[in-house]
Amino acid sequence: MKRVYTKEEACIGCRLCEVHCLTEHSRSKNIIKAHKKEFPRAISRVLVEELRPVSFAVQCRHCDEPVCVEACITGAITKDESGKVVHDEEKCVGCWTCVLVCPHGAPRRDLERRKVAKCDLCPDRETPACVEMCPNRALVYEER
Amino acid sequence: MKTYQLPEVKIERDKDRCIDCQVCVRQCAFEAHKVDEDGDVYSEDEKCVACQRCVSLCPTNALTIKDNTPFVKDNANWTAETQKYIWKQAETGGVLLTGMGNPKPYPIYWDHMLLNASQVTNPSIDPLREPMELRTYLGSKPDKIDIKMVDGEPVLNTKLAPQLMVKTPILFSAMSFGAVSYSVCEGLARASKELGTFWNTGEGGLPQNLYEYGPNTIVQVASGRFGVHSEYLDAAAAIEIKIGQGAKPGIGGHLPGEKVGPVVSRTRMIPEGSDAISPAPHHDIYSIEDLSQLIYSLKEATEYTKPISVKISAVHNVAAIASGIARAGADIIAIDGFRGGTGAAPTMIRDNVGIPIELAIAAVDTRLRDEAIRNRVSVIAAGGFRNSADVIKAIALGADAVYLGTAALVAMGCHVCQMCYTGKCNWGIATQDPYLEKRLNPDVAAERLFNLVSGWSHEIAEMLGGMGLNAIESLRGNRLHLRSIGLSTEEMDILGLQAAGSPMA
Repeated sequence: MKRVYTKEEACIGCRLCEVHCLTEHSRSKNIIKAHKKEFPRAISRVLVEELRPVSFAVQCRHCDEPVCVEACITGAITKDESGKVVHDEEKCVGCWTCVLVCPHGAPRRDLERRKVAKCDLCPDRETPACVEMCPNRALVYEER
Repeated sequence: MKTYQLPEVKIERDKDRCIDCQVCVRQCAFEAHKVDEDGDVYSEDEKCVACQRCVSLCPTNALTIKDNTPFVKDNANWTAETQKYIWKQAETGGVLLTGMGNPKPYPIYWDHMLLNASQVTNPSIDPLREPMELRTYLGSKPDKIDIKMVDGEPVLNTKLAPQLMVKTPILFSAMSFGAVSYSVCEGLARASKELGTFWNTGEGGLPQNLYEYGPNTIVQVASGRFGVHSEYLDAAAAIEIKIGQGAKPGIGGHLPGEKVGPVVSRTRMIPEGSDAISPAPHHDIYSIEDLSQLIYSLKEATEYTKPISVKISAVHNVAAIASGIARAGADIIAIDGFRGGTGAAPTMIRDNVGIPIELAIAAVDTRLRDEAIRNRVSVIAAGGFRNSADVIKAIALGADAVYLGTAALVAMGCHVCQMCYTGKCNWGIATQDPYLEKRLNPDVAAERLFNLVSGWSHEIAEMLGGMGLNAIESLRGNRLHLRSIGLSTEEMDILGLQAAGSPMA
């Protein structure tokens, strides 16, 4: 399956991937509204890890054998036929078990809604927002 | 000391649009954008260099950088700029430094030249339907050729000097690794390979990882001899002896030790952290005869397989110097006009020394023709080519090809803020800081350069076709395809141009 891969050597640590991820997962999908007017505010599912000059964006790896799926106490995280690890917000109780077990630190805690937020590979777009908006092509969406 | 310098730009932040994402804060190496303890982003005008990096990356278009030239009482002599320079020097006691090419409003002769086109009496050519040759060969051409017939077929009997074949008359100018980042070098090298042209290492040596691009590389031998060794010469397609540079004729170079990291150190063959100082002259060249010795040393070293170029800046006596260089045995003469760029130069030299490339091309071409030695050398013109029209006019004036430096940097993101010498280039171009250098992805750089030169080449083909020509070589030195507008008779005389409206002679 296609996944988002990071090219550490090209990541400039601008964090525009986070800005556009948040926007894509907001109600309005309007960048200014999403950041300034929507409450609770959406949260980004990608996080840039940085220790200058090294930086790279981390998001759900959609693992072949996802430990989060095994660990989830309510069955909110499942692996669908395409291989995508999907998260059902309705079922999520915010126990943070997935946060604890994920080896990549990918699930993010939405403290206001007490739910986990994780990369869904932008189902409404052909290419995930983080990949498309990266100004230095540090993220690629491809099959490997 | 309290500075008397006034902010030259104003950063306008539209607070309705700003989402406090801090992209501008992270992108500005000059620290013009800051974030306070509450997470509010604010800006400090006096630190801004107007490189437009923040404006380009701001996801909500909340930023505008505006001209804020300080108001000083109306005075044509003591302008804001002249006063700024004095304040700066009164505070530092140093030489004024700057980057990029001469920005002064000297005449741009390209804008006083008009191209011809065919109408009725000779048909124009559509380059999309008919063959159009932009290919040319750079190197020494024989005075005459001797052909013998073998089995009814003509066979060339004359031994030709080595030539550089370029698929378009546009090459990338010398920009040294050290002054520019590794990503720039890689971008230029990859684009040159794709385009069938050449890039030039400048005096910084050839980074080991780029040896595979040797067949598209011109290597420089400059007064500092940085990174010059036999594999370096062998790897290249041609060798260029750098005598001068348009932005700073008559002076050498200085790469500060801070920019000499491990890779630059290895490439230049100097200790890490040491200043790389290029002397103003080559200490072994004090005459045309000395130059000839170096040219032939390099030819011997490479067994006469590569053309040798000599690069000079366009100065008052450029035509006579070029004649000397041709007679010294050079295959190519590169001439860099006063608008040529640099990573660092004293402001007074950049802005006041040298002559425009337009006049230099015409003067050199005329002189070499008058002396009947034009065929012995190819002429590459450099120094501020802005678009394909400048390129085609340069060729009509007498150049064989042109070098692009600044235009190539602009293609890669440079916004000509002239702060190259600080090493803090926010675009990842004129820096060795690993954090900043990452901002130029070589994939993106190579693609943008390829696109630029492809675009210009298409335009050149269109303009050539319009003139009824089907080969760039048919235009070279064909000044009848140019007319001047708004120039004095002396200027027209030097350029060898007739006024717009005069008939074909």
